[in-house]
Parts: sequence; structure tokens; C-alpha cells
Amino acid sequence: MSLRDQPALRVILYEGPGAETLEAGERFSTMSALLERGYAVTRTGGEQAVAPADRSSALVLGRFGEGNTPEFSDQNHQSEIRTRDIANLSAAQVADLVETARTELGAARHGEWKPWFPVIDYDRCTNCMQCLSFCLFGVYGVDEERKIQVQNQDNCKTNCPACSRVCPEAAIMFPKYKAGPINGDTVSDADLQKEKMKVDISALLGGDVYDMLRLRSEKARSRFGKERDENKALTERQKCLVKLAQAGDIPPEVLMSLPSPEEIARRAEEAAAKAQAALAWQKAN
Amino acid sequence: MSLPSPNSQPLPDASALPVPSFAPPPPPRSSGDGNRILYCHCQYAQVVPREVKETVLRRLCQEGVAFEAVADLCEMAARHDPALHRLAADGALKIAACYPRAVKGLFHQAGADLPAASTEVINMRVQPAEEVLSALLGSEIKPNLPVKESRPNESASRTSEPRTS
Repeated sequence: MSLRDQPALRVILYEGPGAETLEAGERFSTMSALLERGYAVTRTGGEQAVAPADRSSALVLGRFGEGNTPEFSDQNHQSEIRTRDIANLSAAQVADLVETARTELGAARHGEWKPWFPVIDYDRCTNCMQCLSFCLFGVYGVDEERKIQVQNQDNCKTNCPACSRVCPEAAIMFPKYKAGPINGDTVSDADLQKEKMKVDISALLGGDVYDMLRLRSEKARSRFGKERDENKALTERQKCLVKLAQAGDIPPEVLMSLPSPEEIARRAEEAAAKAQAALAWQKAN
Repeated sequence: MSLPSPNSQPLPDASALPVPSFAPPPPPRSSGDGNRILYCHCQYAQVVPREVKETVLRRLCQEGVAFEAVADLCEMAARHDPALHRLAADGALKIAACYPRAVKGLFHQAGADLPAASTEVINMRVQPAEEVLSALLGSEIKPNLPVKESRPNESASRTSEPRTS
């Protein structure tokens, strides 16, 4: 099941009329426990407007007291709403209770995937398709108007910002990256002048990254095929990849997990063809 | 009882709840002139200083304001969580998260564009907790989402050919 198909669960910490107010410290520990489990929580005192309901299932938590736990329903019949009394429960117990409800409702489980993926700044993007033609993992695609978009976030390789390096406009962000402007910080003129930001990554590395990998792999295969020493082959490949990893800030584990040279060539051709087709469509329209 | 939707209303319907057997709680303080607050815990990375996150969350809890807290905006954007639509669609919003450019992009990528005229993003990666809280709890909203600038090389870049790998 893809990320987008998994239903969400909205948790509401209700402290309005009909429910007891939590002490500030208890509220903090409860909120913290739920956030650390990956939940989105609405805290309401009942008298202030909060965002309206959406299609998600909702779980209303409150200190209602024994026998006073109310029942709610969505007047639009779009989502299921459950209510739980959290009187006398610790923050950890509340989190466990929510986890049980999540399982029962079949809602998405959080924390199994680090949300690392490119975010396109469309104020900067010129739809040049460099990213689409570069990425071997099918993260990018085009919409019906042939506009570049991120289509498969969960295909992205964790901690790898390589595609942002090939963007000539610094329009690709990774919000969890350590440094700007890739992390979303303002793009300065100096950033655009930096070699890493504006040039083709192949120039940066002194040769095409995939050609280099392919060549090295082929050499290694030939040599180690004779020697039949897999450990040596691995060592050689790692040496080669260290340079690439440092220059492009690409995690070694990402490079080590690249497919075979033949598969790289096939995927690269496929991505380039997609990009060319999109550009041709743009020109014609 | 019913949950009001789609208009912004108290949630749940307080008037329909049973009469409490304990003393009614003090009325919650306003978070400003109708501004809503969204706090992102950035749960799946260590890029927001922990002490800033904790201080901000703790104070929001102390103040007794209504607010929305999410574990990780990036994760929600990746899954196109419908909550992003309701958060973006309904009036003035102050967001405590990271860089405004990144937050704008995350919402856009999830198909839930933030209204530029009524959204302020406060950056917990670089701003101290007190500054974040002052902006969040103040009544004034200072919209700061980046807007598109026209650049001289734009037309040239638009026609550049992709590099084949």
C-alpha cells in the first residue's frame, strides 16, 4: 500500500465543558507522548474555533469521568469518531490507548519511514527536467500538463540530496537536510554561483557519475571474476564510491545499493526519454 | 451529538456534552485575533533544536490556547494527509516549523496551498524559543511566505535540454 492510500487518524485532546482540564504539565507530557508516536493532535478548550473535521477518523480524548464519556458522530457521515476517557491515565498509557484505536481503525502507522524526499520550489523551477533525467529511482514524473512533480516520495533514498545538486535553479529542497539552501533556506546569488549548485554533477565529479560507476564496476567484475574474491570487489567499489559520496554528499549506502550497470543504463535512458518527451510537448504547446 | 463540519466551529459541540460533575474549567485564553496555531514537532529528524521544540510546546500547553500539533509536516505532506487541507483552508494561520520556503513547498506538494496573505511561518531551526513564542502568541500576524520573483535568466533556463546520464 502506498503512503497516500493509508488513512490518517486525527486525535483531539478535548478540555472543554463536560471534561476536566488537564494540568499544564500533564497536557505537555500527553501531547509529547502522542507526537513522539507520530500522531497529529488538536488541543481544544471547546470555546475556540479549531479546524473543521476532514475525512479522517477522529479520536476524542478527554477526562470525562466514569459514565460520562459522550458519543459523537460526523454529521456528514464521512468519518468515524470515537471517544475515550483518559481520566487516571499516564501520558504513556494515553499513547498506548491511541495506538490501540489506530490499529482497530486501520489507520496509518507512523515512524516506519523517514520522510526524506524532494520538495520542489515552483517559484524557482523552470521545468528543465534535469531532476527527472538524473534520478534513477523514479521519484520524479510529470503531470498531465508535463509539469515536473514528485510522484513517488517513498522511492527516494534517505539522506541523499543528489538531485538537488543538479538543479540549476536551486529549486529542489530537502527540508530535513542540514544546510541551506537545500533545507529551504533563502537562495542567495552566491548560492547560484557555487559550482555545486549550478553545474552538472558530472563536471563536479570529473566525469559522469554513472559512467564512472559503470566503468569501475565492469573493471571490478572482470578482475574479481578471475580472482573470485567478493570481499576485494566490495573494497574496490567502496573506494570508488567514497569520492562520489564526498563530492555529491551522497550517502555511501545509497551508492552501494545502486542497481547493476545494465540496469542503471536502462533506467537512465528511460528517465531521459521521459524528460525529452515532456520538453518536446512543452515546445509544441 | 455531531461534529460540526465543514465550517470552523468548536469541536466537539460543547453545548451537547453532559453537565460536568466538577467545577467548570476557566475559559481558554485567546491565541490572538482568531489566528490559529500549528506546531510541527519535526519528529523524524534532529534538525530543529530539541530545547526549542520543547520550550515552545511546553509554553503552548501552559497558555491554555487551542492549537494543532503535528508530529512531522514532511510525513503528512508525503502521504497527502487531508488534515493539511483543513489547516490551509481556514483563515489566518501561524506555523511553528522550519523555513517558510520549505513549508510552502510541502503544503503545495500535498495539494493544499497555504494562503500567502494570512500565513506566517516561524522558523524553529534558527529562531530562539522566546522569539518563536512571541510571534505565535502575539495578536499580529506577519505573512511571510516567499513569493515568486522574476529572474533575468528564466526564459533561457526554461528551454535548456536535460542532461542524460
